[in-house]
Amino acid sequence: MPKALVDFLTVLLNGVTLAALYFVVASGFTLIFGLMRTTNMAHGSLYMLGAYAGVSAYTATGNWIVALVVGFAAVVVVGVVIHLGLLSRMAGQDLRQALVTIGLSIIIADLLLAKYGGLTYQIEPPSFATGSVAIPFVVNGTYSAYRLFMIVVAAAVYAGLWLVLNRTRIGWYIRAGIDDRDMLSALGVNVSRVFLFVFALGAGLAGLSGVIGTTALSISPSEDGRYLLSSLVVVIVGGMGSLSGAVIGALIIGLSEQIGLFYAPTYSIFITFVIMAAVLAVRPQGLLGRPA
Amino acid sequence: MFGAKTGRGLVALMFVASIAAGACGGSGGGDKVIKIGGLATLEGPFAVPGQDGFRGIEQALAKYGKKLASGNWQMDGYQIQLIKEGSDATPAVALEKAKKLIEQDNVDILIGPLSGDEGLAVKDYAKTVPDKTFVNGSSAAQDTTFRDAAPNFFRFSTDGAQWMAGLGKYAFTTKGYKNVAVVAEDYSFPYTQVGGFMYEFCAAGGHVVQKNWVPLGTKDYSSVVSNLPTSGIDAIYVALGGSDAVNFFTQYNQAGGKAKFIGGSITVDQSVLSVTGSFKDQLAGTIAAGPTADSATNQEWLDYVKGYKAQFTDGLPFPGLFALSYYNETVGVLEGLKAVKGDLSNKQSAFMAALAKVAFDGPTGHVSLDANRQAISSNYVTEVQKGADGNLQNVVISKADNVDQTLGLGATSPFLAQPVSRDFPSCP
Repeated sequence: MPKALVDFLTVLLNGVTLAALYFVVASGFTLIFGLMRTTNMAHGSLYMLGAYAGVSAYTATGNWIVALVVGFAAVVVVGVVIHLGLLSRMAGQDLRQALVTIGLSIIIADLLLAKYGGLTYQIEPPSFATGSVAIPFVVNGTYSAYRLFMIVVAAAVYAGLWLVLNRTRIGWYIRAGIDDRDMLSALGVNVSRVFLFVFALGAGLAGLSGVIGTTALSISPSEDGRYLLSSLVVVIVGGMGSLSGAVIGALIIGLSEQIGLFYAPTYSIFITFVIMAAVLAVRPQGLLGRPA
Repeated sequence: MFGAKTGRGLVALMFVASIAAGACGGSGGGDKVIKIGGLATLEGPFAVPGQDGFRGIEQALAKYGKKLASGNWQMDGYQIQLIKEGSDATPAVALEKAKKLIEQDNVDILIGPLSGDEGLAVKDYAKTVPDKTFVNGSSAAQDTTFRDAAPNFFRFSTDGAQWMAGLGKYAFTTKGYKNVAVVAEDYSFPYTQVGGFMYEFCAAGGHVVQKNWVPLGTKDYSSVVSNLPTSGIDAIYVALGGSDAVNFFTQYNQAGGKAKFIGGSITVDQSVLSVTGSFKDQLAGTIAAGPTADSATNQEWLDYVKGYKAQFTDGLPFPGLFALSYYNETVGVLEGLKAVKGDLSNKQSAFMAALAKVAFDGPTGHVSLDANRQAISSNYVTEVQKGADGNLQNVVISKADNVDQTLGLGATSPFLAQPVSRDFPSCP
């Protein structure tokens, strides 16, 4: 194969694996912001919280699975507290929610800075995803096993969420509650508990993605803004509340970042926003979003 | 009412008492306060270096004075108040914070900033306030002082090209590296570092076959790693800092890359060597150059490290080059102030004249200024080796003294004909 083609295929794979990470981070955001329409600007801080909780668990046990579970569980607990203590009291009030969660994100980020300092932390990949895998069409003929594993994780998260939303009773409640909360309540369903479940799940996914991202890249202060931004772009480009839209959004962002970094490194950040602006100009509701 | 009155009375009493205490201080009474603004990076990829930079300022202040209960530092006949500001490594924020320190806090002397582009922005700002003294922090772009210098901007630390002194020759001659690829961040400081390395490496006959300039703060380097040649290169010159360097090394390692590394001055700094991760095994044997070396054995360095460890229990295992730069800058300022006895009158003219003549023996060697108020000082070539305690550290290979800004090439050398940039110098 000519080198240019091999290069291109490698960059495509890099983009897809990065998109897998972006999708997992944004999946929780799709639930909370896209579906429930709760403005949660602390999503990036929840990502960092999960990442650092995972780092602590990994340092203590040396077990990646334990780190993943701790990252998920710790942020579920924090998510429950945030929802019960703050956000459920201001349902439907976007601006209030935005301000409160921005405040929360600053507090969480500063507490993490105080506890963990400015150092960079990493988590080692689990033993089944270390080293590299032979793939004929990429540079060197091998590719990082963990990055391929991230695609598996993203697929599992997608499948799990799709099943919960479309094939379970709680999925019916969620979709019904978003369309008409009062009617669902009148039918005897405890709507606030359903919403608490969705928020906790979305927060937990942020924590889980924190551990996954820390293993693939690393965690250091001020990465909250980066992941909040990527999640916002993914959900907005893909379309609010659409799981498949989030997949497409993540792919567009991941691919454009990596292709940009390879072919025009100086403009790689710029390209992402050009794409977002172009999508919004043509389809203001996002690629797969329903018109408001 | 009663409570409030008593409170006010107490405050007045304390005020009187503090004046009395000052008068009894034996230093002539009513000590004037000289305000020094400290500017370093406390957010973004250089947050750890920024913290260490402030340690450098405080260590120098502690060496020359005594910290008072008020937080000020008592010098001989005057006090120094340190006001800190944090930036995020972008020139816009550094400029905004520098303006805030000068215009709102009314500092007399500004020490900072930390990073290359920030330094260029602050130098340009310095020209608009000629009656204030600007002293660099650790920013190390060449043109902060080499071209279009500001008359009130002083740099007691060496620049990014000077930090490479000795490395190009060592890589070519001793290590036998002939062809090298470059991965570096896309802004003035890495241009300067790559340039400084290439001055010697290209002159010796080496080739830099590929340069990858990546945006500062890039997290996912997989496509950069893919782009690196897999054969025909002997080593990769990496000029990335902090968490960016950690990410690159990890991904190169995970992708199965085997090339040797040549490091920029902050690539294999303690802030990177302190991180845990399997990539670190590959770092052993990395050669680099810079103004500090953990394992130096001269007495000034040992005293300096001892002071650092005693003063900062939460510090890094060794003071990094950011701590050292800020320390040397602050020592320069305090020597200058000592020479004029804290006299900043007449638009600081006497102070600036004295500052330009300051020379001292710092922890790593003699420091003096050239005609552009730029430091001429020492530099080390180092190699990363595993210490007895298992920690990686930089071992000194060689030391050069009195390195000037042209690395001995002279200002008329073709290598210095243009400012360093993405494409200059070039030897493919």
